[in-house]
Amino acid sequence: MTWLSVAFKNLARKKVRSLLTIGGVAIAVAVLVSLLGFDAGYQRALTGNIDKMGYQVLVTAKGCPYEAATLMLQGGGGLRYMDEAIYEKIVKDPRIEKITPQLVATAFDKERQGGQGGVVLYMGIDPSYLALKPWATFKTGGWFSGDEADEAIMGYEVAELEQRLPGDQIFIPNVDKVLKVVGIFNRTGTQDDGVIFLPLKTAQRIFGLPGKLTGIGIKLKDLGTLGDFEEDLYNEPGIQVISMAQVKGTIFNLIASARTMTNAVALIAVVIAVIGVINTILMSVFERTKEIGVMKAIGASRLDIFRIIWMETTLICLIGGIAGDMMAIAGTHAVEFILRRVLPYAPSGQLVFITLRLLGISFIGAVIMGLIAGIYPAFRASSMRPVEAIRLGD
Amino acid sequence: MDDILIKAENISKVYRLPAEVIRAVRDVDLEIRAGEFIAIMGPSGSGKTTLLDILGCLDRISSGKLGILGRDVSRLKESSLVGIRRGNMGFVFQDFLLIPTLTALENVELPLLFARLPSGRRKAIGLLQKVGLGHRMGHLPKQLSGGERQRVAIARALVTSPKILFADEPTGNLDTKSGDQVFHILKGLNQKDGLTIVLTTHNNKLGSQAGRVVYLKDGSVVPREESSLYA
Ligand SMILES: Nc1ncnc2c1ncn2[C@@H]1O[C@H](COP(=O)(O)OP(=O)(O)O)[C@@H](O)[C@H]1O
Ligand SMILES: [Mg+2]
Repeated sequence: MTWLSVAFKNLARKKVRSLLTIGGVAIAVAVLVSLLGFDAGYQRALTGNIDKMGYQVLVTAKGCPYEAATLMLQGGGGLRYMDEAIYEKIVKDPRIEKITPQLVATAFDKERQGGQGGVVLYMGIDPSYLALKPWATFKTGGWFSGDEADEAIMGYEVAELEQRLPGDQIFIPNVDKVLKVVGIFNRTGTQDDGVIFLPLKTAQRIFGLPGKLTGIGIKLKDLGTLGDFEEDLYNEPGIQVISMAQVKGTIFNLIASARTMTNAVALIAVVIAVIGVINTILMSVFERTKEIGVMKAIGASRLDIFRIIWMETTLICLIGGIAGDMMAIAGTHAVEFILRRVLPYAPSGQLVFITLRLLGISFIGAVIMGLIAGIYPAFRASSMRPVEAIRLGD
Repeated sequence: MDDILIKAENISKVYRLPAEVIRAVRDVDLEIRAGEFIAIMGPSGSGKTTLLDILGCLDRISSGKLGILGRDVSRLKESSLVGIRRGNMGFVFQDFLLIPTLTALENVELPLLFARLPSGRRKAIGLLQKVGLGHRMGHLPKQLSGGERQRVAIARALVTSPKILFADEPTGNLDTKSGDQVFHILKGLNQKDGLTIVLTTHNNKLGSQAGRVVYLKDGSVVPREESSLYA
């Protein structure tokens, strides 16, 4: 016989009560894991999304109605334009590793979303786009035949949506223009999947914006020079510089209130679970006053009693921790689904990211919770004096 | 003399209640020698249980001097008394007080866990066989009769090989037949194994079989004639 079996048999005595308490712990742990997993996953997905833009700095026309979520959603487009001359000037900067000019335009397509209509994004690009985004590879077809060709490359999702293949034609509604599809990109998991690309010069021509750009994406050789680089560009008139780090910060601020709330929910769940555990164990200690007295009479020291009660509490939390971890894993998709409804902005990719490390930490956390919750009941039990306990109810 | 296991000199136990002061044990002098079989008798409320608890180091005295195995325990706290109980004293209670979640065998093994003695399953099995319960080892207390439970309790008290066995009204909750059976076992332990036994009882017939009877009245030791049990 072992200490553990004595403790375990006590829990098995009131099965329903023990299971309910374990359930409380499990829910608290599951909530905690899901929310921490969300915290980590969101950050990771967002960072992944921003890294996949390929650039660390975006230069746009000043006064561009820029706001992080829209910017992200539109793949870096405001609706103000700057002169190509700025591009010619910046491109010579030795700190730049890669740079790509782009012109974003939108059109309203009445056919989209089952007749409801929707915004279609067009982006004029040149070959430097591919250099900046090496993951933008072709599923079928290839690059434009010339830099003024009336051709289009479609993002993966928009090609699926419009059921187009290379050789097909697409129609741009508000400028009455027909383009020939020459290529379709593979899925990148970014907003670019929903964009229709044209040669930069073609875009400038058909949207009536000759010599204009909406943005310049820039990747630096050394991120350490970012501060200086931005500083220099501040002096250029008519433009604004947005670093992706800033964008990330803005989005985090956007979801800060959601995070505060979810953290509060997690905290409340943990507190309720701890109170539940203390209550259950304390109740069972009082019910067993006589038994505890007998154990002392037959040789148990204070520490022995403390140990048994402490083990019971920790066992509850340990089992609850395992169950909670399993619940969290099983519930990942449901939580992800709900979060996507609730959040103001959700990057593509896995939102709830549960790692082994997170599971390990939550499990250890549950055990520590048990150790803490057990102190008071164990202390109460160990303080009982044997005669008084035995004589109780005589 | 070194065969004196317990030497009580002028010991008293006082309970201070809000309304009154109860002197449950008054100025008791008592010596208990190895191998004795002592019955403490007296009417209800005369202090039998209190005296037994004190001698068994379950409770502390209020005044006087108590020596156990040559050691003065008069001023020891509960945390030190547990060390004296462990290995030296076994206890049997009127209402058995087995641990309901543990089987008969586990109940008997439990004191070994507390005493940090290596698993004594064989010893526990041997003791259960000795009290005639070799066929009931896997039973839970609720699956046993009163007499059987008390016999499990005796095996539990013996497993750490104590020098003294204390039994508070061990037959008090049993029918005559089971009570006689339990008493017979205790007597056998004393006579065959030389175990020192101190018990309390209401039962004149059983008390008269003890080697020595200590009569209590209102917490004091009195001659047999003064005891109200003398009839
Ligand atoms: N914890 C206690 N507090 C107050 N009085 C007590 C307590 N325990 C016992 N007594 C009193 O001490 C006296 C002796 O009790 P007890 O030793 O149980 O007698 P017996 O076992 O002979 O019936 C009784 O008057 C009883 O009420
Ligand atoms: Mg009594």
